[in-house]
Amino acid sequence: MSQPTLLGPQQFLARKSFVELNARERAQALLDESSYRELLGPFERLESPWLLLQGVVPQADDGLIVARGKISGTDSLILAIEGQFQGGAIGEVSGAKIAAALDLALEDAEKGHPVQVVLLLETGGVRLQEANLGLEAIAEINSSLIALRQHVPVVGVIAGMVGCFGGMSITASLCSYLIMTREARLGLNGPEVIEEQSGIEEFDSKDRQLIWG
Amino acid sequence: MERLHFEYAASQPIKQRAHVGVVGSGDLEVLLEPSPDQKAHVTIITSVDGFGKTWQLVMDRFFSRYQYAASIEIHDFGATPGAVALRLEQAVERSQA
Repeated sequence: MSQPTLLGPQQFLARKSFVELNARERAQALLDESSYRELLGPFERLESPWLLLQGVVPQADDGLIVARGKISGTDSLILAIEGQFQGGAIGEVSGAKIAAALDLALEDAEKGHPVQVVLLLETGGVRLQEANLGLEAIAEINSSLIALRQHVPVVGVIAGMVGCFGGMSITASLCSYLIMTREARLGLNGPEVIEEQSGIEEFDSKDRQLIWG
Repeated sequence: MERLHFEYAASQPIKQRAHVGVVGSGDLEVLLEPSPDQKAHVTIITSVDGFGKTWQLVMDRFFSRYQYAASIEIHDFGATPGAVALRLEQAVERSQA
């Protein structure tokens, strides 16, 4: 086995790691230089109205970055979930931002202005503090995505390290393409839960090979 | 969770608003905007209770170095005083770029 190369301080600082970037930086990294334009950014203060009531500190953009710009010259929309805020869990506001942006992209496509869409998924699923509102938001996101993917490709990216779980794993599986790193994880629920829901013929939770590959 | 508010006399104008950080474990987000008057206004929402005195000291130190007439909003998720000071510096650097 070869020895790992030790990086000097300058080399260490010069590294470019997508996984180490926060959601906004990831969107900026994907879009062509100076084409980045953020919609409903933090200064719009579209925060969750539910977190403060439950003693949880909110984030000014509710952990969801909506960015328009170009990828290699092609009009693009990036929806980036901030995995560090509440484990990237989807609430009423962040969910509505995703669904509304997908609906606008659909409108554009129907008018003959296709905008390709990239979802940067780092999420534990529904935000428990917003319960049904988060679930409803995911239903809206999924129906918007199904309508949109007939017109333009919707690319899901799970870079890690949060991964993509719960209801949002269904969103990931609806994407036209899904890109994952080796360290990324995608999962709906525990094996026993899926077996209970779908039956042992569909999913045998004791089948180690099936589950752990 | 606790809310804190501080005010300082200030004179230097802010060039542009700036946003830095994330409300993630051990981190905070800072929203810095030009203030409507000759004062600096700091509003803090922090997940950790009972550290009002420490926040006061961090802010006193910051405004002893800078006299920016800024409205600063902080959403903190358990950042250390060092991390808070660095994020504030970063916000100032961005706003004056």
